[in-house]
Formats: sequence, structure tokens, C-alpha cells
Amino acid sequence: MDPSPFLVSLRLGACVTAILLVLAFPLAWALARTRRPWAIAVESLATLPLVLSPTVLGFYLLSAMSPRSPFGAFLLSAFGLRLAFSFEGIVLGGCVSGLPFMLTALKAGISGVSRNIVEASYSLGKGRVETALRVVIPNMKGAFLAGLVTTFAHAIGEFGIVLMIGGSIPGVTRTVSIAVYERVEALDFAGAQAYAIVLVVASYVTMLALNALQRAEARR
Amino acid sequence: MIGFRIAKRLRAGRHSFDLELERELADGAFLGVLGPSGSGKTTLLRCLAGHERPDSGRIGVGQELWYDSSSGACVPPRLRSVGFVPQDYALFPNMTVLGNILYADPDRENARELLSLVRLEKQAGLFPRELSGGQKQRTALARALARRPAILLLDEPLSALDEELREELGDELGRIQRASGVTAIMVSHSRHEISRLCDESIELRDGRLAGFLPT
Repeated sequence: MDPSPFLVSLRLGACVTAILLVLAFPLAWALARTRRPWAIAVESLATLPLVLSPTVLGFYLLSAMSPRSPFGAFLLSAFGLRLAFSFEGIVLGGCVSGLPFMLTALKAGISGVSRNIVEASYSLGKGRVETALRVVIPNMKGAFLAGLVTTFAHAIGEFGIVLMIGGSIPGVTRTVSIAVYERVEALDFAGAQAYAIVLVVASYVTMLALNALQRAEARR
Repeated sequence: MIGFRIAKRLRAGRHSFDLELERELADGAFLGVLGPSGSGKTTLLRCLAGHERPDSGRIGVGQELWYDSSSGACVPPRLRSVGFVPQDYALFPNMTVLGNILYADPDRENARELLSLVRLEKQAGLFPRELSGGQKQRTALARALARRPAILLLDEPLSALDEELREELGDELGRIQRASGVTAIMVSHSRHEISRLCDESIELRDGRLAGFLPT
């Protein structure tokens, strides 16, 4: 069994989770703390991947990344970056697809922190950044954990978007899910089983750890 | 000297009314604001603290202008010298009693004096979830006083406590306010609490001054 699909999946999961952790927090903060009408439009757009077919999403992302599109041409001329059929491309696709998981978890966590303690921090002379770092984030550890784990687990199991954007380049864009698909297409069920069972066990252990940690956190 | 004139349209369900209040307080004074739920008491404190913006008016504390609708001036909450004790005390759950006070002011000597003032030296290392209602109230008071605020705002500080503790901590609150010398405004729906603790008391009904109470 070729181990490279596992390495690609793990790399993809780590990159997507790290990027979304940084990008989703300010967005979640804004969405949790505002009642302005634009928030509904932004949140609906950010969570669209939950209901939209990954293939459709992958198709539009691939079209946008193509060197023939204005965005793809700009990336190529300005940074020499070709996203279609590259690891960077599937990371971008994974971020779009994983955003709802991280955003929903963090928004729930921020909303769960009482507005009174945030305002108490402001009244004690602290700004938004210090309040976020010292008051809000330490009181939403469970939400962070849920966001990290579900985003990572979703990214390593990603299939539709990754296949559309990245194809199946060994060691670059061929993830475990794609390896399973290709083994089945080749009627190599034993090979497919070998990849699939590892993904099932790893996903189960991840969810088990998440639930155990969340229960421990709730008891504190 | 603290002077404010606040006007704000408030909605309580389908009913709406105007909060309109103007007062001046001498340094060290303790003003009590009595009124039923939904009369605009909490909004008054939130406007003074900067968590809500009045529709119009002026808030001046000493030489500082915190809010002036005519010039558009509005100082953000973090720059107002306010000690705010909300109804639920709003202690930081991830910090101990000492941590809550040090968050306001990192001076350990000041924190030690405040712990002594509110008689919580032995509870310094406890987290809010380990405290009784009265201990939480005193922690919130110590934290609010840590920055030596120009004004202390108390939103129903005794309402979460049982009858016996309310009497005891009411006395304690009066003692702490006098000892610190801070100018304070306390809102409450208890006539007894207000008349017992405050130097000057007013009654608020539907956002307007309905009368003065004997103290």
C-alpha cells in the first residue's frame, strides 16, 4: 500500500485547519456580535458549502483558478502561482469547503461567552484584542476544539472538491478518498479496503477524543 | 463633579418611552435610582459606562467630556474611568478572585488592599464557580474599584442574594463605598436598599424622574 495518500491528506488537513483557525475567528466574532442585516448574507454565503454539491463548488473554483480566468491569470502573472491541479489549489478548495465547520463552531463559542463579561473587560480598560485573547478565547475552549477537530476530519476526508480542483497527482493531490475511489474503479477492493479502514478508524478515534474532551470541559 | 443629561428612546415589547434624566453628583456622593423593571435604570448605567449610546445629551466627569451629542464626542467604554458591577457580576470564569482583580490593575499591592477591603483574602485563589453569591458580589466590587474609577455603577448588586445576605452585604457595600470615597450610582427596585445606602435617591418611572426619596 502506497502511504503517500495518507501524507497528502494529513498535510491538507493541517494546512486547511491552520488557515481557517486564523481566518474564521474574526469573521465568527463579527457575525456573533452584530445584528446588522449584512451578517445574514455573509453567513449564508460562508456556510453555502454545507448544502452545495462539492462537485459544483469544485467546478466553479477550478474555473476561477484556470489561467484563462482573470483571477487565475492574475495569480500566474503576479505570483507565478498555478492553483489548478496543485496542492495549493486543493488547500484553497479545502478552506472554502471547511469554512462552515470552523465558522459554526467558533460562532457558537463566541455567542456562548456572555456579553456582560466582554463589556466588563472593556469597562476595565481593555481593547478588543486583549479582551478576545484573555477573556473570550479562554472561555470557549470547547468550541475551539470542536472547530479544529471537525474541520481537520472533514478536510482529510474531502473528495469532490479535491478531485475537481486537484485531479489525482500521486504525492501531490491524491488524497486517501481519491485513492479509495481509484482502487474501486480498478476493481481492487482489497486495496480500497486497506485505505478506507484506516480513514474510518482515524475518524472514529478523532470523534471519540473530541467528545471525551468536550465532556471533560463541560464538567469543569 | 459628575454631570449628565441623557435622552434615549427605549422599547419594552410593544411599549416605547423616552428615558430622560439630568443629574449632578458631588464627588463621593452615592446616588440611588429606584424604579420598577423596564423603567430605564439599567440603560442609564449602560449609557454612563459607554455600552449604549444616548440619542442626545451630555456626560461630563470632572474635566473630561465622555459624551456630547452636539459635538459628536463619544469616549469608548475602555477610556471611561468607570467601575461597573452588572447584575450577574460578570466575573471572568477562567480567572481566580485575585486574577479578576489583577486583570483590572496588575498592581499586586493594590489587589492585596482590595482583597482586604472586601474581606476575601482567604478566597484569593478560588475561581468564580467556587464562590458563594456574596463572595462573587464582593469580588466584582473589588475588581470594579481596582482602577480607582471616577464613578462606580452598581446594577441591582444585591438582587441575586437571599434576604439575610442582602442586609449584611448592603452594609458591606455602604462601608466599601465610604472607605474608597468613590462617587457611586446604584439602581435597584428595592426602596429599602436605596434609602438605607444612598445619600440621595430618586425614583424613575417610564424613563422620567418621578420623585425624590427620603434617605
